[in-house]
Amino acid sequence: MEHAISDKTLKNKIYESTGISAARCYQCGKCSAGCPMGSEMDLPPNVLLRRLQLDSATEDDLVLGSESIWYCLNCETCISRCPQEVDLPVIMDFLRTISLKENKANPKAKKIIAFHRSFLKSIKLTGKLHEITLVADYKLNSMELMQDVKNVPAMLKKGKLHIIPETVKNLKSVKKIFSKTTGQKENKK
Amino acid sequence: MKIGFYPGCSLSGTAREYNESVKAVAKAFQIELVEIKDWNCCGASAAHNIDHVLALSLPARILALAEEQGLNEILVPCAACYNRLSSTQHRLLEDEQLKKKIVDTIEMKYNGNVRILNIIQFLEKYISNEIDQNITRKFSKKVACYYGCLLVRPNKVLDFDREEDPVSMDKIMKQLGANPLQWAFKTECCGAGLSVSKTSTVARLSGKILEDAVLRGAEAIIVACPMCHANLDMRRPEINNYLKKKTNIPVMYITQAIGIAIGLSEKELGLHRHFVPVNMDFDYL
Repeated sequence: MEHAISDKTLKNKIYESTGISAARCYQCGKCSAGCPMGSEMDLPPNVLLRRLQLDSATEDDLVLGSESIWYCLNCETCISRCPQEVDLPVIMDFLRTISLKENKANPKAKKIIAFHRSFLKSIKLTGKLHEITLVADYKLNSMELMQDVKNVPAMLKKGKLHIIPETVKNLKSVKKIFSKTTGQKENKK
Repeated sequence: MKIGFYPGCSLSGTAREYNESVKAVAKAFQIELVEIKDWNCCGASAAHNIDHVLALSLPARILALAEEQGLNEILVPCAACYNRLSSTQHRLLEDEQLKKKIVDTIEMKYNGNVRILNIIQFLEKYISNEIDQNITRKFSKKVACYYGCLLVRPNKVLDFDREEDPVSMDKIMKQLGANPLQWAFKTECCGAGLSVSKTSTVARLSGKILEDAVLRGAEAIIVACPMCHANLDMRRPEINNYLKKKTNIPVMYITQAIGIAIGLSEKELGLHRHFVPVNMDFDYL
């Protein structure tokens, strides 16, 4: 049976944390029409908002476990065109954070999440992105060992890859930012 | 003339030719770019996909460093960095509590009054008035100016050009002697950060952009973002595969186009670093 409406639904959590009201959406569908990823999403943007409006735990889990939240490119087309100014990219950011926290991320998004994590690991290590560290770490985590290997010689020849990473001198200050934000969470992974 | 400079990670790696051409053009117009000392990565899309406080703190450290070093205006050529830095400044300006939280995280002074310029704003402010008298060869080609997402959206935050049909890059290309075409994909997304983790999507999205430019007769695509460039240039084999035809239209940074028009060498502009070769003749004046 459907759950009673509670304050703890995802829609209300979004509102509390970001000030954005999913309830404002009146389903005109402009977001989905303009979304470059709409055709690949299990819940296109307007459908995702509708699910949130239903205020049900079952629907909320569907949203948190959707592929959509990881396919969103943050291109901001939806919010640019939304007549109700529902800031969907900010909602997506929030949903991704919660989805990871509650271990509800869709298995199909594994590689995308692995890439984001490897990216952050590389920054945490040296303060700047080092492509070789990033890709090596990503390959190990995603097991996509052979991907893009054929590009490496050309990239080296064109001077597009550094072998040795550049490092921020005051690395401590960057590490501190990480330990104060993602620190504890990421270390457990 | 001096101005602060935040290159960001792409410009020191995969988008090296963007860095080279920005510096070469600035030098040609006697502008000294003062790099922010000890800068860090802005966090790009990875940070705000995973943790929003981190996503604000990394850019805030960069802006605080600029303030500390007395740079009240900075050029940020990478559209993604420009977007992250501007969004952070905007969010912290609007939300005093959030600002406090971020200042506590970075443990630095932060006022939030550094002027952030993207490459087009920089060109408009300091260079476009000087271009005409410095042109030595006309860029007499049909071009598709491709702005992508991060340079123009969200307009409320960035307050730059028009978000559906921007024209600023087209105007500069016209000055160089080019014929900027009307086309439908000026601000469509190239697939951005999914380049490695979902390459098929990038092939589809970038493929559509490229296809429209080619169909309208463009001889070059002009960009102002390292991610757009990487996806349209380096991902060309995947794109051609998706389109089921071989496209060889080159993708150039706006600063490379300016460099060509004012007579800088191909090497200075890093044209040899592209995957899709730039084989073009230009009309010397």
